Amino acid sequence: MIAANLPALQIVVPLLSAPLCVLLRDRRLAWGFAVAITWIAFAIAVALLARVMSEGVISYEMGNWAAPWGIEYRIDRLNALVLLIVTGVGALVAPAALRGIEREIPAERAPLFFTAFLLSFAGLLGITITGDAFNLYVFLEISSLASYALVALGPDRRALTAAYRYLVLGTIGATFILIGVGLLYMMTGTLNMADLSARLVAVNETRAIHVAFAFIIVGAGLKLALFPLHMWLPNAYTFSPSIISAFLAATATKVGVYVLIRFVFTIFGVAFSFEEMPLGEILLVFGLLAAFVASIVAIFQNNLKRMLAYSSVAQLGYMALGIGFASVNGLIGTLVHLFNHALMKGALFMALACVFHRLGSVDIGDIRGLGRRMPLTMAAFVAGGISLVGLPLTVGFISKWYFVLAAIEAGLWPIAVAILASSMLALIYIGRVIEAAYFQPPPPGAPPVEEAPWPMLAPTLALAGASIYFGLDTELTVGVARAAAEALMGVQP
Amino acid sequence: MSAPALILAALGIPLAATPLIWLARGDPDRREAVTLLAAAGLFAVVALLVPIVMNGGRPGAVLFKVLPGLALAFEVEPLGLLFALIASTLWIATSVYSIGYMRGNKEQHQTRYYMFFALALAATMGIALAANLFTLFIFYEALTIATYPLVTHKGTDEARAGGRTYLTILLTTSILFFLLAILLTWQATGTLDFRPGGILADQASPTLIAILLVLYTFGIGKAALMPFHRWLPAAMIAPTPVSALLHAVAVVKAGVFAVLKVVIYIFGIDTLAAIPASRWMAYAAAVTIIAASLIALTRDNLKARLAYSTVSQLAYIVLGAMLANRLGAVGGAMHIATHAFGKITLFFCAGAIYVATHKTEVSQLDGLGRRMPITMAAFFLGSLSIIGLPPMGGLWSKWYIALGTLDAGSLTLLAVLMVSSLLNIFYLMPIPVRAFFRKPAEVAPAEGIREAPWPCLVALVFSSLGAFALFVYPAPLFRLASALFAN
Amino acid sequence: MDVVGHFNYWVAIALMMTGFYLVIARSNLIKKLVGLNLFQTSVFLLYITMGKITGGTAPIVKAGFELYTNPLPSVLILTAIVVSVATSAVALAIIVRIRETYGSTEEDEILRRDRE
Repeated sequence: MIAANLPALQIVVPLLSAPLCVLLRDRRLAWGFAVAITWIAFAIAVALLARVMSEGVISYEMGNWAAPWGIEYRIDRLNALVLLIVTGVGALVAPAALRGIEREIPAERAPLFFTAFLLSFAGLLGITITGDAFNLYVFLEISSLASYALVALGPDRRALTAAYRYLVLGTIGATFILIGVGLLYMMTGTLNMADLSARLVAVNETRAIHVAFAFIIVGAGLKLALFPLHMWLPNAYTFSPSIISAFLAATATKVGVYVLIRFVFTIFGVAFSFEEMPLGEILLVFGLLAAFVASIVAIFQNNLKRMLAYSSVAQLGYMALGIGFASVNGLIGTLVHLFNHALMKGALFMALACVFHRLGSVDIGDIRGLGRRMPLTMAAFVAGGISLVGLPLTVGFISKWYFVLAAIEAGLWPIAVAILASSMLALIYIGRVIEAAYFQPPPPGAPPVEEAPWPMLAPTLALAGASIYFGLDTELTVGVARAAAEALMGVQP
Repeated sequence: MSAPALILAALGIPLAATPLIWLARGDPDRREAVTLLAAAGLFAVVALLVPIVMNGGRPGAVLFKVLPGLALAFEVEPLGLLFALIASTLWIATSVYSIGYMRGNKEQHQTRYYMFFALALAATMGIALAANLFTLFIFYEALTIATYPLVTHKGTDEARAGGRTYLTILLTTSILFFLLAILLTWQATGTLDFRPGGILADQASPTLIAILLVLYTFGIGKAALMPFHRWLPAAMIAPTPVSALLHAVAVVKAGVFAVLKVVIYIFGIDTLAAIPASRWMAYAAAVTIIAASLIALTRDNLKARLAYSTVSQLAYIVLGAMLANRLGAVGGAMHIATHAFGKITLFFCAGAIYVATHKTEVSQLDGLGRRMPITMAAFFLGSLSIIGLPPMGGLWSKWYIALGTLDAGSLTLLAVLMVSSLLNIFYLMPIPVRAFFRKPAEVAPAEGIREAPWPCLVALVFSSLGAFALFVYPAPLFRLASALFAN
Repeated sequence: MDVVGHFNYWVAIALMMTGFYLVIARSNLIKKLVGLNLFQTSVFLLYITMGKITGGTAPIVKAGFELYTNPLPSVLILTAIVVSVATSAVALAIIVRIRETYGSTEEDEILRRDRE
């Protein structure tokens, strides 16, 4: 009975656990509860992925109401992969959260923190798993609202304005998506994604659909921080609690990319999106701009969280680029990078969380000489950094391989060179951190620090190790990504 | 042991040595013993592969698949075996030398040094034994990363700046040009395997082949072709044993080895001969030969002079490859070996001089021959090898490259070789001559300058004798090199 | 152009742009929130009005009636209204905290305080 209802449980378990978490007064209890829930969710995601890989698309009707009138949860290889990413990151971040928030959130607020965390977690999973366009909006708002609250919990007072700005821009983005969905409903009479894709073919030429497309792309672009709609991201990631930076950086924007892919490829279809509408050109241009501009800005940042935030904008530019190629290899690149970036950025932000926990600062001046005092943490940072540059034996290399291959296949040589050139920029800002940590003596008067506590260090090392392991064994990532990409592009396997 | 097991052992031994060295860090003698044992073991493994390959065998081993169609795979062929032999032999010599140098100079962080040395050798073996471009690229980048802590060993600001130049130039060329070339090759041919006769023959237009040639040659930055050569002199900030092995043997030889391998097994000599771009690249190599020699003349710092000499000598090998004929390729392959022995001797001497006297500039070395006769005699022999005069092995490799230029019908390039040998005399010969025949500029300290520590002497005597042996007994080297075209 | 027939769309657009303008142009945080609410409400109007079918009656099944107005948009908007209320609640909570921390709800003032 459980097996048959796994898709529903994927959402119900975290969603119902959130209000339960409020009742748990003790912070340790709340933490243990949150860890248990994320691990259960991860197990469910693994089971779902296994089932999708062997049986094909899973279709689950909520409340046994038949689609397209009822809400359908539809799991194909694409969202099974994203479910795995979100639950995996959640399962790794949650154990670190208790020690991670010690410095930043007062102890009596911790249960509320975990409540919001579980809500955001459930919302992200809901976005991923649903097969209904309006349901997607609802879950989008659930996770976003929880994220706004989480960002606002940051210790620096600028977290509040960052959260407010995130709220305004995020709401506008979600409302745009709502407008788009409304227009789609008006023209087709259905909200079910599979049904929409079938019915849209007949009404593709109408202006209403063009407008709907535009609204949805801009809305999704706001959510995934596509340049130039990224303004909310740097402040939100910099001032939020470090654990939340790690969690959001590795999940929220990835789900944004998923939303874009779902709308562009499944609902609107490749032919409409790329031939009728100039989506390919738009994504190529803005993706490249993101990669270059954001990387350059990252080089000049002294606050390491802000540096990594801009780096994330650049990496999201790559993912948009991959979609813009409208080819199987491009999509493989994006999907693989979804997974890989979650690992890399997760490891980097978690390492920073460890640093902040011990040092109380993530300024580049304060981390001088940290390579000797916190060797494991900095080793994890180096591993994530090398992956960001895209050196072989790391996951970053795999993603870059596919992006450049897609560019070459499309005959877009300059873009291939641009992709490789912009990854050299990552070398500069990672190099700054490595030089500061390993080559410079600790600043005078620095407090003696020891290595990060184990509940924080273990997930950090796990993420760093994963960013190397999956660079060697790509069977899972590339295998699933290829199957998903081929299905999305409509290529017969 | 079966051949595939030998191949995996060649990688596994230095790789396993790294954590073992860390474990032995408490006792310096035990730690050095680990290195020496690993080096000896590696040499034995590689030597065991020689008869198999000379009999025509091409044993291979596949580790695992990384991407669809691309696996981490190894295959032993004559050129790779030559490189592996040189690297493993000279690892033993350098390890012995390092003991003398590091202890004589009382260097810090010796455990870290020996660990990353072993790691660098593992990466070198990976490059030498790679069966496809993918594997080669992976270990090529791994070598850059593994040698970075060695280059920046001293931890000073200059070391950091030198390391920055090193990393930036090598990574930029490899990612921007080399990787791009690999992806273009992959997309055009569907494979990255090394095959005799190349894989590009009918798969790519002449324009694409020309572009690929340029991308590969400049992308393999470790070959130090101008204008991407600056990392070599910048890396001289490293301790001398690092310069000796890595920049006379492992890193730079990995570069020219990769160029030769790509030329022979990806392009194919015949395909290359058919496009005019190969002649242009030969001229680019010629420019590097002359320009680097001229710069070497102006450098007073001994290691800097040797660095530019290396840049020039590496271009010989690139030239040999770009001649697109068998003689040039064989000469280039032989030069990998002869230059390795010659140059490492020179670096060993430079380091020995530094340990014994703390002198780094050529102008300070007058009259040193009286006090350090063995060192300066070895320096003399090493110089002869680099210049290409008998009785040292450098003669034979230059001979074959020169024959290659004649075969390619280019008297210009032959003239370049001759002029370059002349320039070599001008910037190398004065050093031992002044050391033996001039009076010292300053009064020696009271206790006098002794010879270098004995492990250093053993190493440099060994390498100079090796260069001599290559002169007297070149046949095995020649046979190994010409086995490249056996089929 | 069918102005009269499409007047619900015109109203929705007008409200939407007004709300959007308020969000961007006003520096007072509460006014921004008002603009956001206006923006969201206009979208609700869009949905609800499009559900009305000419000649349709209220969507309650009763014998004798053939044509019903579409109930689905109204239902969807109920959910969306809840989302909007929740958004406003979170926003107001953040504004209260900002006011406590900075002593002001004017964006310019807050930025000036941060620069000090």
